[in-house]
Amino acid sequence: MPTKLYNEPSPLETRVLSKRFGLADSHTLDVYLANDGFKAFLKAHEMTPAQIIDEVKASALRGRGGAGFPTGLKWSFVPRTSPKPKYIVINADESEPGTCKDRLLMEYDPYQMIEGILIAGMAMDSHKGYLYIRGEYRYLLDHMDKVIAEAYSRGYLGKNIAGTGFDFDLYTHSGAGAYECGEETALLDSLEGKRGIPRMKPPFPAVAGAWASPTLLNNVETFSSIPVIIRDGGPAFAALGTPKNGGTRLVCISGHVNKPGVYELPLGFPMLKAIYEVAGGIPGGKKLKAVVPGGSSCPILKADECDIPMDYDTLAKIGSMLGSGGMVVLDETTDMVKFALRIMRFYAHESCGWCIPCREGTTWLRKILQRFDDGGGRHDDVALLGELSKNMLGRTFCALGDAAAMPTISIVDKFAADFEKRLAGSAKSQLVVV
Amino acid sequence: MAETVKLTINGSPIEAEKGTLLIEAARANGIEIPSFCYYEGLTLQAACRMCLVEVEKTPKLQVGCTLPVAEGMVVHTESEVVRQARKGTLEFLLTNHPLDCPVCDKGGECELQDMVFRYGAGESRFTERKQHVDEQQWSPVVFFDAPRCILCYRCVRVCNEGMGVNALGVANRGVIAEIVPNHHDHLECDECGACIDICPVGALTSGIYRYQTRPWEMNHVGTICTHCADGCRTTLGVRNEKIIRGNNRDSSGINGEFLCIKGRYGFDFTEHPERLQSPMARVGDGFEPVSWSKALEIVAGKFAAVKKRAGRFGVIGSSHTTNEENYFLQKFARQALGTKNIDHHRSGDLTTFVDALTDRANVLASTADLYTAKAVLVVASDLSQQHPLLANQIRANVRHHNAHVYAVTAGPVREDQQATASVRVQKGGELAGVESLRGKLAAEGDLVILFGDAIQGESLRKLIAFGDSLGVPVKYVCLVDYSNSRGAFDMGLIPREGGMSREQMLAAADLDVLWVVGANPLKSAALAAKGAFVVVQDLFMTETAKRADIVFPAASAYEKSGTVTNVCGEVQKLKAAIKVMGAKTDLEIFGLIAKEMGPEVVKTVGIWSPDKVFEEIRKTVHGYDISVPVIATGGAAPTMPLNGRVAALPGTVASAGDTLFTSGTLSRYSKILNSVMESPGGLYSVKESGGKGSAS
Amino acid sequence: MNFSPQLEQRFAKMLESYPEGRKRSAVVPMLIYAQDETGAITEELIAEVAKRCEVAPLQVDEVVGYYSMLHRKPLGKYHVQVCTNISCMLVGGTELYEHAKKKLGIGHKQVTSDGQFSLEEVECMGACSWAPAVEINYDFHHHVTPERLDQLIEAVRKRS
Repeated sequence: MPTKLYNEPSPLETRVLSKRFGLADSHTLDVYLANDGFKAFLKAHEMTPAQIIDEVKASALRGRGGAGFPTGLKWSFVPRTSPKPKYIVINADESEPGTCKDRLLMEYDPYQMIEGILIAGMAMDSHKGYLYIRGEYRYLLDHMDKVIAEAYSRGYLGKNIAGTGFDFDLYTHSGAGAYECGEETALLDSLEGKRGIPRMKPPFPAVAGAWASPTLLNNVETFSSIPVIIRDGGPAFAALGTPKNGGTRLVCISGHVNKPGVYELPLGFPMLKAIYEVAGGIPGGKKLKAVVPGGSSCPILKADECDIPMDYDTLAKIGSMLGSGGMVVLDETTDMVKFALRIMRFYAHESCGWCIPCREGTTWLRKILQRFDDGGGRHDDVALLGELSKNMLGRTFCALGDAAAMPTISIVDKFAADFEKRLAGSAKSQLVVV
Repeated sequence: MAETVKLTINGSPIEAEKGTLLIEAARANGIEIPSFCYYEGLTLQAACRMCLVEVEKTPKLQVGCTLPVAEGMVVHTESEVVRQARKGTLEFLLTNHPLDCPVCDKGGECELQDMVFRYGAGESRFTERKQHVDEQQWSPVVFFDAPRCILCYRCVRVCNEGMGVNALGVANRGVIAEIVPNHHDHLECDECGACIDICPVGALTSGIYRYQTRPWEMNHVGTICTHCADGCRTTLGVRNEKIIRGNNRDSSGINGEFLCIKGRYGFDFTEHPERLQSPMARVGDGFEPVSWSKALEIVAGKFAAVKKRAGRFGVIGSSHTTNEENYFLQKFARQALGTKNIDHHRSGDLTTFVDALTDRANVLASTADLYTAKAVLVVASDLSQQHPLLANQIRANVRHHNAHVYAVTAGPVREDQQATASVRVQKGGELAGVESLRGKLAAEGDLVILFGDAIQGESLRKLIAFGDSLGVPVKYVCLVDYSNSRGAFDMGLIPREGGMSREQMLAAADLDVLWVVGANPLKSAALAAKGAFVVVQDLFMTETAKRADIVFPAASAYEKSGTVTNVCGEVQKLKAAIKVMGAKTDLEIFGLIAKEMGPEVVKTVGIWSPDKVFEEIRKTVHGYDISVPVIATGGAAPTMPLNGRVAALPGTVASAGDTLFTSGTLSRYSKILNSVMESPGGLYSVKESGGKGSAS
Repeated sequence: MNFSPQLEQRFAKMLESYPEGRKRSAVVPMLIYAQDETGAITEELIAEVAKRCEVAPLQVDEVVGYYSMLHRKPLGKYHVQVCTNISCMLVGGTELYEHAKKKLGIGHKQVTSDGQFSLEEVECMGACSWAPAVEINYDFHHHVTPERLDQLIEAVRKRS
């Protein structure tokens, strides 16, 4: 019996990372081994660390957590010869609204990720890894604990892995509810048993990360992409996507579509095709209003901006981001005031409170939007929302402030009419009480 | 010469040492980059975002407090975008701030107020509900008003990094994040108040100062703390002859901003209701106030008579009175009364110390040395309890220079937290403990050794021999208890040349006169001479005063001028902050007794003005030929009293074992020191002795 | 303070998984696993975790207030978490949450009088493509309609 997936796959997918999804017992070592498992690891064993990193560079793989930093470059920053222990930390704190892919990679194909981690370990001369999973994914923590136990018992973790002489220990580590811990340095503080407050950079984690030792941090999907890169070669992976945007990625399509789901699409896949063909279009034949291209932090796109290939550079060019792969589709009925409010409620709830603009700004914005949505909006609120967001943008300690500001700026800018309409319909708007 | 880089700030070319933080380089050149969370000496936070500046060729505003200067950097601190950013950040900051400046203690010296005045918007666009939390009292000393807090984390850092106490933390997250005390709803800590002083706003206020006054209504008098021997400078805020607060926000003195609870709040004994304000004469079993002239007449008459019949005098001086008073007292005793029976409560073996180091140069450590030495060894002292400033200097040294700390003590001490090695020893085993560190200590670049009263006599000589044998430069601090313990020794309040010790005087059945100045020897001992005439000068009716025939009401150190010498031998100047009606300085009392005794005595003892006596000290006391301008401008002048062999003295040397919350007699009359719930020494101290109000 | 043998075993393994002298790293996972067993984070638990992780209780206290899944008051036996973040909101998450409030008769972070249920409006739980989503304790439920939620609640009610 094939494993039942959360959503039906689409024939338009390019299933590289997800090729084992749906196989019976796809999470087990035997199934993994029977389907190309650990070939890359054994190949990497024959390569030099520099060759491994070059291969990753050649793949044009960019971090799948959201920032899109070139993975090979990041790997090259870790001082392999440092006398300190080097750690690998896997960011499985998947929390960006709209994103639900790392779950699947761990649930259906955990060994793919583990193999990627081990290859990174060989490249970094690292022998310890910590899999930081958000607390809400307890079932995955339990699942990964079992998988890791199996890997140990079968010699794919621990000492002398698969007879290569390479040792590696992998541990799970539970979060406890904090979006901010998805930020890599906040995650490290959390891993060290502290409040998840982001750290000052430099030093970057590559130099002084977990417990002040050199640390490589990558997202689950990034590690899961490594085996295929090593096995088939970096250029082959790169060729799946567009220049500088190598490979495929799991795109999480949600919101107003007929067939929401997680689909593996090559970088550069047309956005409208993803919405209308992969995800089956908008229910009720309604019109597209807007798209959040890569998780709630990304500036929103109006319908007429969506006829684009989905790659990092194109999104950057039009002032948005590909982010974490969480694509949220909004139809014409969506109330953008409520949408903006919900986003800001999230960021105000998740702001760690460390720096002033984010701590105070997110809450102020939330309060304005709440009042507006409750019918107490004023004409100057729209401008104020934009100005306050701009006062946060680029001025906060970490990217959470930007993540709150960017969608708000884009919403009030692109959908000011929605706000005006709500004002017109509000009797209270005539009464300005200060 | 360190490598320098050239950069441009606001069009002006500037040179700065490579690695300097931009905010510091700017300030050094008279350009202000505002900040709340940046605080010199504490870790960087980059949290308040007030110091954002424009650096050319960078895409967004840069954080001035974490950005090291670089060659060719072009910085703008007053551009429109920078100003707009500051304005925006301040606007955010005020959204949940209560704006209750009219009733806030900080009003008038609030950094937020100043910042908004300088950089903020004229009005707020915030019209939503503010976040409110009720004010909390965390201890008799510390109150917290969360809505005023801007979360700059200065308090947390000064407590954790500065004090090593770790009593403050941050709870919750986001807009409801707030500072919390270590015991849910209250603090158990040093109660030093550093968190209050460092708070840029009125979030942390002191139970002593709150709602008392406005900062501009006070006179601010810089003087020296009268409690322990460390000699911290405290700036007393005074209004209407009442001390309202103590702090050292101007960083003057050897202590920078550091003060412990005693220096910050332990001034309230000056206004204790039991404070003596009139001379008292024994009448039967009780006392009655008498006039100054009557009291002086009785005392002078008795002194003259006893001197005339060559009777026995005993003089016990104080560890709190000034050098001038101590010098004058011993001169009075030796030359006018003709007695060698002079002593004070000796809390460290300075006698052996100066003898063992005679003719040596560069062996006495200064307070500053503790901050710069490569290594520090603490022997037989709970330094954080008994010498809070010295302990603070060492902590800062570890933090800023990675100094190595070693502790050889009877029990756990706070220094253990940072120690390279801690050795636990039984009493008497100190030297063996020190010896066990020989290899490590000999490998240090230089060393300061501080030692307590357990190291005296022969073991003190052995400790110095040990230091000499290490082959690295070693300096020493002989720890003593009180604000002028060191000065009392240096001025000669010691039974040299065959005089009787304190214990001997108390035990001598044939003593005719016992003259006790600012000390309480009868707290723990009886006076054998039943018929002795006892004169006491003190602030309070102590156990000793209760045995007196005449008690003179004395002024405290906060009510007089003069100089004191701290534990490291540094001389500093007192400045009178208040006057207490009825009390006179001890020097004046000595002078009035002399005057009453007649012109011969006056001629012998000289003029009792502090300045004149100080001149004489400079000329006659070895090592006290110190720079007058240095102390006159609030500085600390080192002394070198290594004046040749001092024969061993009779009597005992013993520290009273005071803690952070006790200070001999003075703490008995300090409401604040008695109100804190921390048991004396309960936090870290190993000493069982020295409860609140120990002898001295 | 003692925990079940299974939990003790987990903690023993956990403390070994971090580098030497870094027991503090176990604070967050230890708190959340212990909370599952004890029901809430009490002062006693804070002191215990502080002891095991070799930190001051204040340092544990700071952590408790930071993480949204750590609770100082006991939750219901079944903690119903309804996501209303954007992906869920667009397809009925808000209405589902309103329905849950009515159904259980409690509001955000409240507990039913019998202690069986507690309710929380939560942030994105990573089920966006199968929204709206509900998590009851640690069990995910996807594509939840009000009717489906009623069934889920009735099912656990029967179980207890």
